[in-house]
Amino acid sequence: MTSVAAAAHVAPAHHAERSFVRRYIFSTDHKIIGIQFLFTSLFFLLVGGLLAMQMRWQLGFPGKPMPGGGILPDTMAPGGVILPEYYIQLVTMHGTFMVFFAIMPLLVGVYANFLIPLKIGTHDMAFPRINMWSYWTFLAAGVVMLASLFVPDGAARAGWTMYVPLSARHDLSGASLGQELWSVSIILVGLSSILGSLNYITTVINNRAPGMTWFRLPLSVWALFITAILGLLALPVLSGAAIMLLFDQILGTHFFDPAAGGQALLWQHLFWFFGHPEVYILILPAMGMVSDIIANGSRKPIFGYHSMVFAIIAIAFLGWIVWGHHMFMSGMNPTLGSSFMVSTLVIAVPSAVKTFNWLGTMWRGNLRFTVPMLNAVAFVAMFVIGGLSGIYMAATPVDMFIHDTYFIVAHIHYVLFGGSLFALFAAITFWFPKMFGRMMSERWGKVHFWLTFVFYNLTFFPMHILGMAGHMRRIYDPTQYDFLKPYQPLNEFISVSAFLLFAAQAIFVVNFCWSLFKGQKAPQNPWQDNGLEWSLPSPAPHGNWATTPTVYRGPYEYSSPLVAEDYLPQYRKLPTDREPAAAPVAGH
Amino acid sequence: MTHATATADLMGPPFPAERGLGVYNNKLGMWVFLASEVMFFSALIGAYIILRFGAPGEWARPGVVLNIQVTAFNTFLLICSSVSMVKAYAAIADGDQRRMRFWLLLTILGGATFVSIQLYEYVHLVERGFVPSGVREGSELAALVANGTLPAATMGLYGSTFYTMTGFHGFHVTCGVLSMTYLFFTKALPGKYTKHDYRGIETIGLYWHFVDLVWIILFTIVYLI
Repeated sequence: MTSVAAAAHVAPAHHAERSFVRRYIFSTDHKIIGIQFLFTSLFFLLVGGLLAMQMRWQLGFPGKPMPGGGILPDTMAPGGVILPEYYIQLVTMHGTFMVFFAIMPLLVGVYANFLIPLKIGTHDMAFPRINMWSYWTFLAAGVVMLASLFVPDGAARAGWTMYVPLSARHDLSGASLGQELWSVSIILVGLSSILGSLNYITTVINNRAPGMTWFRLPLSVWALFITAILGLLALPVLSGAAIMLLFDQILGTHFFDPAAGGQALLWQHLFWFFGHPEVYILILPAMGMVSDIIANGSRKPIFGYHSMVFAIIAIAFLGWIVWGHHMFMSGMNPTLGSSFMVSTLVIAVPSAVKTFNWLGTMWRGNLRFTVPMLNAVAFVAMFVIGGLSGIYMAATPVDMFIHDTYFIVAHIHYVLFGGSLFALFAAITFWFPKMFGRMMSERWGKVHFWLTFVFYNLTFFPMHILGMAGHMRRIYDPTQYDFLKPYQPLNEFISVSAFLLFAAQAIFVVNFCWSLFKGQKAPQNPWQDNGLEWSLPSPAPHGNWATTPTVYRGPYEYSSPLVAEDYLPQYRKLPTDREPAAAPVAGH
Repeated sequence: MTHATATADLMGPPFPAERGLGVYNNKLGMWVFLASEVMFFSALIGAYIILRFGAPGEWARPGVVLNIQVTAFNTFLLICSSVSMVKAYAAIADGDQRRMRFWLLLTILGGATFVSIQLYEYVHLVERGFVPSGVREGSELAALVANGTLPAATMGLYGSTFYTMTGFHGFHVTCGVLSMTYLFFTKALPGKYTKHDYRGIETIGLYWHFVDLVWIILFTIVYLI
């Protein structure tokens, strides 16, 4: 599609040859680092899934020997029957791996790294070497966390929220080294995140190509930028808390030890002050990328671009003042509970604005239901369900009954799987050609989507019902309670659905791996998208552009009356376009 | 990396680029990093405030465990090192490499001395029986707890918060000293900083002033109050 003039503006860079190790292992190229994050995080997603499968076995078939459980040592599962001490490790590590080592790095580590320089028109991040360190710190953190599964006395087991005193005292939990390694790993992952964030923020502020004004940034970049600010300010609080926990564990300090004047509640406040911005870190990039994909798939501009930006900012800002809604049952003054309730309900408003805007984008659009579009639309629907359950929890009097039940588990998984993970399936498929120069299989992508969508809903929707019935979280054997016995068939149903859901992911894995080598070679702009990254060959070359591109318009000029095609890229110059104002020279 | 046009002013924003914040990347990056450091120290200091004012008894009186005189001198030293950092910055902004190297060396020495004195104080405190978990049995300070000069109920918290806050501050000072030393030998000595490009001095200077500011806060709320 590109005219000759456009091609001349956006010529790719060429670089001198470097060794394999410098190019692909210790690379400072943001695209390679993004791909490193992708492979590593997908591996941890698998680890998290395997842990969940074991949990679902125990919940669906309590006390029965697990197929393949024979490989586990007797301290975890004698005769393949999962022990309570092992079960609680599964619960803890499933949450930990999924939040810190799968979803967060998949959304931020992969797409902030890969997309930001490409979408704003610069050659790389502001600090390429710090970027490289961000990946290797992340890998080190992951290795430490994985190691904690194999140490004597086993892994951490106080839930991914790691409440004290269970997490701080070995005599209470039974874990020792595993618990300490969790703390060390979290400190490292926090450091990785902070290093990444400072890169993303500096790059977006300072390195945008001429013409790429703030309100011409794609929503994916806006979302990643705001997410980076959240990460920059929230992760240090977690690091501080994890340091205090580690010191209580190994140095004999008393931060959280009531017997010596410490406060157990202090951990909860510190953790959730980080934890709530964290969940917005886990959803905002997904929202941003979905916006790009839905506009592309509807061949229409995003409905309400400015309000989308302000909604992202509002969600991020409000996210700092709602953390108490995780602590409604901690014994707080009801007046304080009310204030957190109000702020939590308010935060639903910008999310709703975004939902209606996605619908408005699709309304009367020329819809193309490609694999990315299917997954993106599923994101919107599933996120709405997750958000609605959130409203129940936000109301303190209701939360009294559903706190720590499967209603919460349903909510978490609707927003994280139904939300973030579907968005990731969309994003991985959408940007695969620019990453690897090949297309993923459209047919198998659709098979994977539908199977995942069906089994995912069958797995997680019934959890709302279980939660309403009083089925508590993290419980080893529901049948020990008479009032839960009638719900055991539902638990079994959920477990079988979960196994089928997990099995269906094999299609995605095979599609992904096979397409890396044998996928159809990708054209430069297979989705006919407007972003700057599509002006480069597939895959994008090292250094991106030889000369800085120029931007003439916003990112969502689909079905524009100015051109015959139904898309009008940001970098394409029309005869009526003016050059952007000269970039500042000696701006002091 | 190449740019479309020539003569970019290194002390200004990246070129060619949309109007950003009018500062070069290193400086913006350092400010952003310092924002995360503010959050980190806020977590530690916030925990200290909550634990101290929610403590189950009296807090130890100032000066009984910690040596205020020595630490006051140390604080003065750190503040002076911030002044010498500014002098180094002013020197290179004028293009005077020799004076810049002199003041940078003084800053490094000031920082290194600060850390050394802090470490010496730590050793002394441990000898007297003050450790992160509180007061050691049978030590000199344990006697003060026994005779009521120090409050038994809160010494555990006192030790925990003192060592964590000052320890991480000391770690940050050490990183600053090491960074300045590295820059001194790889950039300042070979004359890589000039009147037209002294970004490294300004960037590390920002970090150094931040570390000094955190110490002034810590000294006040840990030693004096």
